[in-house]
Amino acid sequence: MPYDTIDREVIEAAADLRAISTYSVGYEHIDLQCTKSRGILVGYTPDVLTRATADLAFALMLDVMRRVSEGDRLIRSGGWQQVFGPCDFLGTDLETKTVGILGPGRIGLSFAEKAQAFGMKVVYHGNGRLSERQERQAGIEHVSLNQLFSESDIVSLHIPHTKRTHDMVNRSLLAKMKRGAFIVNTSRGRVINQKDLVLALQNGDLAGAALDVFYDEPLGADSPLAKMENVVLTPHMGSSTKETRENMARLAVLNLKMAMAGRRPKCAV
Amino acid sequence: MSTARAFVTRTLLPEALDIIREVADVTVWPEETPPSVEELRRHCGDADGILTTIMDRVDADLLDAAPRLRAISQLAVGLDNVDVAEATRRGIPVGYTPGVLAKSTADLAMALLLGAARRTSESERWLRGGGWQIQFHPTHWLGQDVHEACLGIVGLGQIGREIAKRAGGFDMDIVYHSRTRYPDAEAEHGLRYAEFPDLLAQADFVVLSVPLTPQTHHLISGPQLAMMKPSAILINVSRGPVVDPAALYEALRDGQIARAALDVTSPEPIAVDDPLLTLDNLVITPHIGSAALPTRLNTMKLAARNLVAGLKGEPM
Repeated sequence: MPYDTIDREVIEAAADLRAISTYSVGYEHIDLQCTKSRGILVGYTPDVLTRATADLAFALMLDVMRRVSEGDRLIRSGGWQQVFGPCDFLGTDLETKTVGILGPGRIGLSFAEKAQAFGMKVVYHGNGRLSERQERQAGIEHVSLNQLFSESDIVSLHIPHTKRTHDMVNRSLLAKMKRGAFIVNTSRGRVINQKDLVLALQNGDLAGAALDVFYDEPLGADSPLAKMENVVLTPHMGSSTKETRENMARLAVLNLKMAMAGRRPKCAV
Repeated sequence: MSTARAFVTRTLLPEALDIIREVADVTVWPEETPPSVEELRRHCGDADGILTTIMDRVDADLLDAAPRLRAISQLAVGLDNVDVAEATRRGIPVGYTPGVLAKSTADLAMALLLGAARRTSESERWLRGGGWQIQFHPTHWLGQDVHEACLGIVGLGQIGREIAKRAGGFDMDIVYHSRTRYPDAEAEHGLRYAEFPDLLAQADFVVLSVPLTPQTHHLISGPQLAMMKPSAILINVSRGPVVDPAALYEALRDGQIARAALDVTSPEPIAVDDPLLTLDNLVITPHIGSAALPTRLNTMKLAARNLVAGLKGEPM
C-alpha cells in the first residue's frame, strides 16, 4: 500500500524477498536503490488509475472555483435562508482562465485535456520538456517554473514526491501566484509546505485550495485547513472508484505473480 | 421629454447600473430579500422600465399597477415568473439573457456531476467531522468512474450543448433527448438521440437542462426514477419543479438511484427540515448555476442593455 514504508530496514529483514508489488503509481515509499542491489523486482500500477485521478483533480478544481461543497455545507447547516441576490455567493468562471500543470505526465496531460474542453488555456512545467509534437497535440504551452506560478489562475500539481520536490511549493513560489488564484493537489502532500500554504490562504493571497493529499495523513478536524470555507478537502481518494480500484488490484496481483516467477512485472518500476 | 424611470428589483454590480443610468433615473431595491408583491406594485407604479429576477412575479395584476411600463428586462434565461403572453398583449417587450450564462451553468452542471460521482462533498463532510482515521484503505470512499460512462442530457438548448462539449473532455458516451432533434449537434459533439425512456434506461448520469413549462413540471417523478439504473446519478440545473422532490427522496433513500445533485429545488430556499437534507447521497447547492464572475457581470450588463433598448423602443 502507498503508506507502507519499504525501506532498507524492512527489505533487509525480509531475506527471501524477491518481489514487491505496490497498489499505487507512486513508489517513493520504496527504497529502489536497495531493491536494485538485491535484485528484487518491483511492480506498480500506472495508466489504470490515470483518468480516475485526473477526474478527481478536475472535480476538486470545479468544486473550489464554484463553491460547491461550501454551498452544500451552508444549506445543511441552515444557512440558506433566502434566495441569493445577483451579487451573492459568486464563484469564478473557468473559460479563458489559465491553468498551470506542474508535471506533464500521464495524469497531468489527462487533466489538460479536460481543461481544454472547458475553454481554458493550459501551460505546463516539468522535469523535462515534451516534444513539440506532444505540445501541439495536447494544445499546451511550456513555461518556466516561475511563469507557471505567476501566470496561472489555477495551479494543479501532478509531480511525484522526491528529495527534489519535497516542500517545493513553499512561501517563495506561493508568493509568485496571482492574488485570487487557486491551487489543486492530488499528487503527494509533502510537495507543498503546508504551513506556508495555510498562511497564504489566511492572508487572502490565494482565493482557495483543493487538496486530496496532505503533509500528514489522515488530516484531523482540528487542522487549520479544516476550519476554512474556501478550501476543499478530500481523504486521499484520487483513484477511488470501484472500477479503477478493481483494475489496480488486478494489475498489482499480476505484477506480483510475474515477479515471483522471476519475470519482469507487467508494469515494472 | 422627462427622463425615464427604471426600477431594478435587486442590487446589481455598479457597472451594470451605470448602463441604465445613462438613459433613466434608476431606483434600486436595496434589501437583501426581494420586494414583496405590494412593494413591487408600488415601485412599478411610476416605472417606465423594470429589471427583474426570477423572484419577481410579473403577471396581469402587476401590469395593471404599472400604467407607464413599456419595457421588462429579466436577469435570467428562464421566464417562468413572467406572463410573457400578457406583456406582449399589452405591447410591452420582455428581454432575457440567453447565451451569456450557458457556459457558466454548464460548468456547474459538470461540477455537480463530478462531485456526486466522486463523493467529494460527502467525504469532505466526513473529514471535517473528524472521520478520517485510517490513512488509506482500498475500498473506502469508492465513487464511480466518469470517463467512458454514459451521460444522458435532457434538453439540448445552449446549456445542454455546453454540457455536451465539456463531457467530451471526459470521454463520456453522450445521449440526449429533446423536443426536436439536432443533427448538427449530433455531428459536432458526437451525440446520440434517444427517446426519453431509453435515455433513462441507458444513462449512468442524467442531467436536466430543460426550461420549466407545464410539460416539464415533474418531468422526473416516481415512474422515471424507476426506469433509471440503481447506480445512476441525477443532476438538476434547470428548475426545481422539473423534479418531484418527494419521489426523489424516496428513490435516494431506497437506493432506486445511487445519488443526486441539485442546484435547484422546490421551494427555494429548501426548508431546513426537508427530508432530502437528511441524505448523504445528495449534493445540494443554493441555486448558483450562473453565479460566477465574469459571467454574472456580463449577464447584468446584457439585462441592462436590454432595458435601455426597450426604453428607447429598440429591439432587445
